Amino acid sequence: MAEPMLELRHLKKAYGALVVTDDVSLSVQKGTLHAIIGPNGAGKTTLIHQMSGLLPSGSGEVVLDGDTITRLPMHERVRRGLARSFQITSILPGFSALENVAMAVQARSGSSFRFFANASREQALNEEATSCLTTVGLGERAGVPAGLLSHGEKRQLELAIALATRPKVLLLDEPLAGTGHDDSQRVVETLRSLKERMTIILIEHDMDAVFSLADRVSVLVYGRVIATDTPAGIRANPEVRAAYLGDEVI
Amino acid sequence: MTARAPSGSGTQTRFGRRLGLAPFLLFAAFAVAPFLAAFSGAEGYVLSLLTRVMIFGLAAMSLDLILGYGALVSFGHAAFLGIGAYAVGILASQGSAEILIQVPVALAASALFALVTGAISLRTKGVYFIMITLAFGQMLFFLATSLAAYGGDDGMTVPERSRLFGSRLLESDLAFYWACFLCLLALYGLLRAIVGSRFGRVLRGTRENPVRMESIGYHPFRYQLAAYVISGMMAGLAGCLMANQTEFISPAYMTWQRSGELIFMVVLGGLGSLHGAIIGAAAFLLLEEFLPEFLHAAGFLLQDDMRTRLVENWKMIFGPLLILIVLFARGGIMGLLRRGDHG
Repeated sequence: MAEPMLELRHLKKAYGALVVTDDVSLSVQKGTLHAIIGPNGAGKTTLIHQMSGLLPSGSGEVVLDGDTITRLPMHERVRRGLARSFQITSILPGFSALENVAMAVQARSGSSFRFFANASREQALNEEATSCLTTVGLGERAGVPAGLLSHGEKRQLELAIALATRPKVLLLDEPLAGTGHDDSQRVVETLRSLKERMTIILIEHDMDAVFSLADRVSVLVYGRVIATDTPAGIRANPEVRAAYLGDEVI
Repeated sequence: MTARAPSGSGTQTRFGRRLGLAPFLLFAAFAVAPFLAAFSGAEGYVLSLLTRVMIFGLAAMSLDLILGYGALVSFGHAAFLGIGAYAVGILASQGSAEILIQVPVALAASALFALVTGAISLRTKGVYFIMITLAFGQMLFFLATSLAAYGGDDGMTVPERSRLFGSRLLESDLAFYWACFLCLLALYGLLRAIVGSRFGRVLRGTRENPVRMESIGYHPFRYQLAAYVISGMMAGLAGCLMANQTEFISPAYMTWQRSGELIFMVVLGGLGSLHGAIIGAAAFLLLEEFLPEFLHAAGFLLQDDMRTRLVENWKMIFGPLLILIVLFARGGIMGLLRRGDHG
């Protein structure tokens, strides 16, 4: 088997006696979309925080493309190709959509310790930002202040910002949360087209989206991975049905 | 920190339109004032008042870089005024009045102090940042009071104004006025470039959402620290000018009240617009100067002793007045002007 792009080895996180991430080991192959599902409170977002570096891990390792990154701060991980979106929309509301994305392009193209030339007139940054916006379907809205975008558009903007960092691995925390049907469809199509270019780890409650996109699915319950399999295998798994899917129509 | 700041951000096109006439009118007024002052019959007084306005404008504008564009509430900014002033005073009393020595020493000392205290303070957030910058400011204040050789508590007279290439050009109040004007204009241009640059954009980003900035690969600390150093150096320069204007240095330059006044000037003028800070400084100092006289005139119906007491206690009016302005003019004076533009 090929080297995994992202690997979690015995990852743990506990707040006092409350174990939020309990010995999680996962191996995500390059170019696949790996979905993580689980009931509310299963620790999915915590797991994403640990992968991205927003939260430190108690023990265990995070390995990105062969390098151990467990102790690196978030901004270093991003520079090594690990980008993320947030479950609760996190953008720069006072900046235009274009500048939100251009800021991410700027982070990996040359020094930001430049004090004189006007950044918003840098064509190279703006062109690449525009192309990221177009990828997620926000090309028309480039000049709008991000704070004034609709909720669905903000979700798309998050995706564009993550793409602009040119990630090897993209961590998506419920990119469909709170979006309407049409917006969801657009995001699902965008993710489908991105699958070929990068490795994606997706947390999502929308089971239709998960089962149509994922190559592999892991089920997280009380911080523990109870199964990792193909979508078909997960549907058929009796333990998963008992723990989680029983009350969902799939 | 993540509040949608009403000013100073957004796209450059909107920004350019917002910039409007205010800065041009402001600098035109400073440029014309000396000519009008000649006819006022009190030229010396007008020049000295406006020079003071420009120096405080420079200090407030430097604070606006970190407060308005970086959301860093530094409560110890007067320390840099003190560093600049003491550099001038101490060097002049040692016999080096040359500005080409004094200013580089002042800037280097300010930069060093900003680098060290900033590196420590910026590890904290919110109220803790305010408190720790206040503590560093007080530390320097008490250091100055203990400098017995340079006047201690009482301060000391600066033997002469700075010389430029050995000439005593700046002894003339008019020449000194123009020197301050050029400093203010040049640094306004410099800061305007900085806030629009790559660096400034990252700084504005950390103001709105530091976690988002980290998640796209920036380490906010580095940019905040650089801004803190730039801001401190500019305030240090303002301190050099201040010592030259008053020809006197004392620990009073770096009291925490002075730091508070600087914050007030920035908020009064409008956060994050640069020229707003200058306008805020002007409004603050002019109110402080003329409010007692205004109260005296307005109190003509009162009995004489009441009137005298009202004038003596003018700060009882000054304080609430400032609070009212800040409460009802969101975005400060610049916010009012902008609303006027649209309405």
